[in-house]
Amino acid sequence: MIGGGPAGLGAAVEAKKLGIDDVLILERDRELGGILNQCIHNGFGLQEFNEELTGPEYADRFIKQVKELGIEYKLDTMVLDITPDRKITAVNSHDGLIEIEAGAVILAMGCRERPRGAINIPGSRPAGIFTAGTAQRFANMEGYLPGKEVVILGSGDIGLIMARRFTLEGAKVKAVCEIMPYSSGLKRNIVQCLDDFGIPLLLRHTVVRIHGKDRVEGVTIAEVDDKKEPIPGTEKYIPCDTLLLSVGLIPENELSKKAGVILDKNTGGAYVWDDRETTTPGIFACGNVLQVHDLVDNVTDESRIAAQGAVRFLKEGEKTEPQPININPGDGVRYVVPQRVKKSRVEGAFKMFLRVTDVYENAKLVVDSDKGRLFAINKRRLSPGEMEYINVTQRLLNRFPDIREITIKVERG
Amino acid sequence: MYDVLIIGGGVTGSAIAREMSRYKLNICLLEKEEDVCTGTSKANSAIIHAGYDPEPGTLKARLNVRGNAMFDELCENLDIPFKRNGSLVVAFSEEEMKKVRDLYDRGIKNGVPDMEIIDRERLKKLEPNISDDAIGALYARTAGVICPFTLTIAMAENAAMNGVEFFFNSPVTGIDKHERYFTVHTPDNVFEARYVINAAGLYADEINNMVGGEPFKIRPRKGEYLILDKVEGDVAHTVIFQVPTKMGKGILVTPTVHGNLMLGPTAEDIEDKEFRETTPEGIQKAIEGAMKTTRAFNLRNVITTFTGVRPVPDTEDFIIGESKLVPGFINASGIESPGLTSAPAIAEMVVDIVKEAGLHMEEKPDFNPKRRPVIRFNELTDEEKKEVIKQNPAYGHVICRCETITEGEIIDAIRRPVGARSLDGIKRRTRAQTGRCQAGFCTPRVAEILARELNMTLSDVTKFGGNSKLLLYRVKELLKEDGEKNV
Ligand SMILES: Cc1cc2nc3c(=O)[nH]c(=O)nc-3n(C[C@H](O)[C@H](O)[C@H](O)COP(=O)(O)OP(=O)(O)OC[C@H]3O[C@@H](n4cnc5c(N)ncnc54)[C@H](O)[C@@H]3O)c2cc1C
Ligand SMILES: Cc1cc2nc3c(=O)[nH]c(=O)nc-3n(C[C@H](O)[C@H](O)[C@H](O)COP(=O)(O)OP(=O)(O)OC[C@H]3O[C@@H](n4cnc5c(N)ncnc54)[C@H](O)[C@@H]3O)c2cc1C
Repeated sequence: MIGGGPAGLGAAVEAKKLGIDDVLILERDRELGGILNQCIHNGFGLQEFNEELTGPEYADRFIKQVKELGIEYKLDTMVLDITPDRKITAVNSHDGLIEIEAGAVILAMGCRERPRGAINIPGSRPAGIFTAGTAQRFANMEGYLPGKEVVILGSGDIGLIMARRFTLEGAKVKAVCEIMPYSSGLKRNIVQCLDDFGIPLLLRHTVVRIHGKDRVEGVTIAEVDDKKEPIPGTEKYIPCDTLLLSVGLIPENELSKKAGVILDKNTGGAYVWDDRETTTPGIFACGNVLQVHDLVDNVTDESRIAAQGAVRFLKEGEKTEPQPININPGDGVRYVVPQRVKKSRVEGAFKMFLRVTDVYENAKLVVDSDKGRLFAINKRRLSPGEMEYINVTQRLLNRFPDIREITIKVERG
Repeated sequence: MYDVLIIGGGVTGSAIAREMSRYKLNICLLEKEEDVCTGTSKANSAIIHAGYDPEPGTLKARLNVRGNAMFDELCENLDIPFKRNGSLVVAFSEEEMKKVRDLYDRGIKNGVPDMEIIDRERLKKLEPNISDDAIGALYARTAGVICPFTLTIAMAENAAMNGVEFFFNSPVTGIDKHERYFTVHTPDNVFEARYVINAAGLYADEINNMVGGEPFKIRPRKGEYLILDKVEGDVAHTVIFQVPTKMGKGILVTPTVHGNLMLGPTAEDIEDKEFRETTPEGIQKAIEGAMKTTRAFNLRNVITTFTGVRPVPDTEDFIIGESKLVPGFINASGIESPGLTSAPAIAEMVVDIVKEAGLHMEEKPDFNPKRRPVIRFNELTDEEKKEVIKQNPAYGHVICRCETITEGEIIDAIRRPVGARSLDGIKRRTRAQTGRCQAGFCTPRVAEILARELNMTLSDVTKFGGNSKLLLYRVKELLKEDGEKNV
């Protein structure tokens, strides 16, 4: 397991339970749990444990199992390289440079936040600009608050959570600006983190300039048009000492590329089979490194799928799938994971995760194949901020024996 | 009493400090910011120019060519990342091709070695991504790319090792000329020195005015840039220029010495010397300019943008020499491009000027031209990695995951002479925080190490000194009734 966040932990536990003795988790941080350690709010585990846990509590349930099952892990250990034949190079202070040959590898490195440069906000370069996750770490793990007058750019979930966190700390969150006409965050977070505290969410707005020489002194925001260009005349100055960026997460796949893993442009994660095997045999991926999940419960779910795939690989070795099916995003669908299915291996059903490109009310998700329509589901609301899941049963697949392609699209009305 | 006092810790001041430190002299350098390399020297194209651009006969021409030739030894001695990857000046029309030939002739007059004019085919071979509109180019093999931070910092560090005293947060506010010496004032101190060297970059005219030297003016001219992720580093192999105009060398496309891709700069006269902002128009211009050279880059991979400000002198050449009106006051001013390239040659020239002016200069037998090499974990072989971790386990602890920078490197950057005191100081010395996540992950860790090493709390950590504090409050502080008072 590369990474000891919920994905790596879940996969390790599952692999051990399936009878694999020799399981190792490599984690670069000083503790297991990944990003959950800094998510001290609740809302984790409703699906997995039927109760509302905080991030650290959720992680702890898995860390306990890891310890009980005697799974080996190395902390403060950074993986530097993975070769296509699964040789891993890692480094830490006590063992030095470590080389490991693995029977199977599960990539669980999580994701990183998009920085400011990637979104090119003009203006100066003072102190006081943080990604929401960095501010979260400072507040929740180090005990420091970056500032007391805050503007947040982007309405990703971490930004929304931090809007509430700052407010509870006595700071003033002056606005959350979102360039799109909809938020990329979960509805429940918009209600619980913004609406409940009267924090304005300004849709179709962006920050056009950052002011301040040493420390942020303010930002100029503006409304944007359909092409996301600022509309002249709509600029407004907001004094603040802190700007938080919550403008998206990028799967952390530099290592995957070294292992020859092919990435899907739409997810930023690996191109995978339904058992989460990447294009490099024996290397699997799950969690945020594969696709940015909204809920940790789904990460856990996915980690089990990957572990099952890896265990099968260990037991049976590399096999060419005789009946591969490609899954394609159609109209209105941004991406689907997995991108391919090993049809001969599907037991019972497999799950597709997808995100739509826009907000749709009263629409249908239509699942077509090259041999005919499989089914359609009515949806009252579809939003890019909420991941959709669709189960496809083996029975359904068997309806068309020679199926090669599946396409999922949105149909209005 | 100092023999020599240098004002300004940019590449010019640092190079002069190092060159002077070869001699048995009392030397100090005053810098207004908290570190060296915070002015023009930190935000530029980082090209070691071949020398075909400047007008023959100018100081720029002579010092550029001489400076360029000094870089192999300098970089070897001071462990500075440098690549002679060559430069191209690309023509897109017959008319531009004529200018390219003029540049070649100029290069010959300036004494530039290893130049040739190449046709479309050769050009395509050298740079497969070049626009199909390109018809030929001047190819100068001696041009290269450098890390301007390491260049400046390494020279300052080496100067400090050899006895030069550095004073930071020390803006010079006044200079009095006495019979045989000067008194130089900063808000906290008064310094006495027999010779004063003005290497104050954009502010060199103001320093010159303080003593009443022959008047000149420095006007700021900004240039905006984009830096792209290393995945774009192969778009260009050489430094690719377009044909120069009177505003400068135009927008270039180049790999950086660290393997990123850089686009820019624009050239626009501005009023405010402190202007460091990037603007939507400027960035757009830089992109459009670069697109003329190649369209092979993907803008989604932009990781940062920045602005540099050129100190453009109204004399149109470097201003280097002892003032006739104020003997003992020496300008190394108006150092616009190719200032980085010329720095070591400027330093030699300034030493000669000071000698000429009458300062007795005796070489130190124990001058050490080298600095202790910097361990760059990322660049080591596996065997070397094992070895350094064995010697110091801190090199096994990776802090910046994008650039693979270890705790050992960060601690070293703080503990060396003229060490880092801020997040940006660490960034310029180690590249931690400069990768694709732009410090998201490692800021807390780097801040922690700074606080620990410098014996301060996290609240004292700054981005670049002064009021650039990172964290303004403790958690719960604002909830206390007196929270407001602690601002
Ligand atoms: C800043 C941030 C805040 C978030 N907040 C919330 C929230 O409030 N609520 C919510 O439901 N979801 C939140 N999420 C989403 C959350 O990340 C997922 O639900 C879940 O934690 C993802 O699990 P993971 O194991 O895939 O990734 P992570 O939890 O990110 O774990 C990946 C682990 O891999 C390690 N790693 C990476 N590279 C290497 C390497 N080369 N060598 C060794 N180890 C490595 C990392 O240190 C990390 O511990 C947040 C995400 C981020 C980035
Ligand atoms: C856009 C751009 C691109 C360039 N590209 C290249 C290139 O590719 N190749 C090349 O060779 N050159 C290039 N240059 C030129 C090169 O960057 C400069 O010539 C060089 O950095 C100037 O160094 P300096 O030390 O003279 O000035 P600076 O680096 O500005 O240093 C002056 C120092 O003096 C300090 N100071 C100012 N006032 C006071 C005071 N009152 N008291 C104390 N200290 C003070 C400042 O804080 C500063 O640190 C470029 C320049 C720009 C702007």
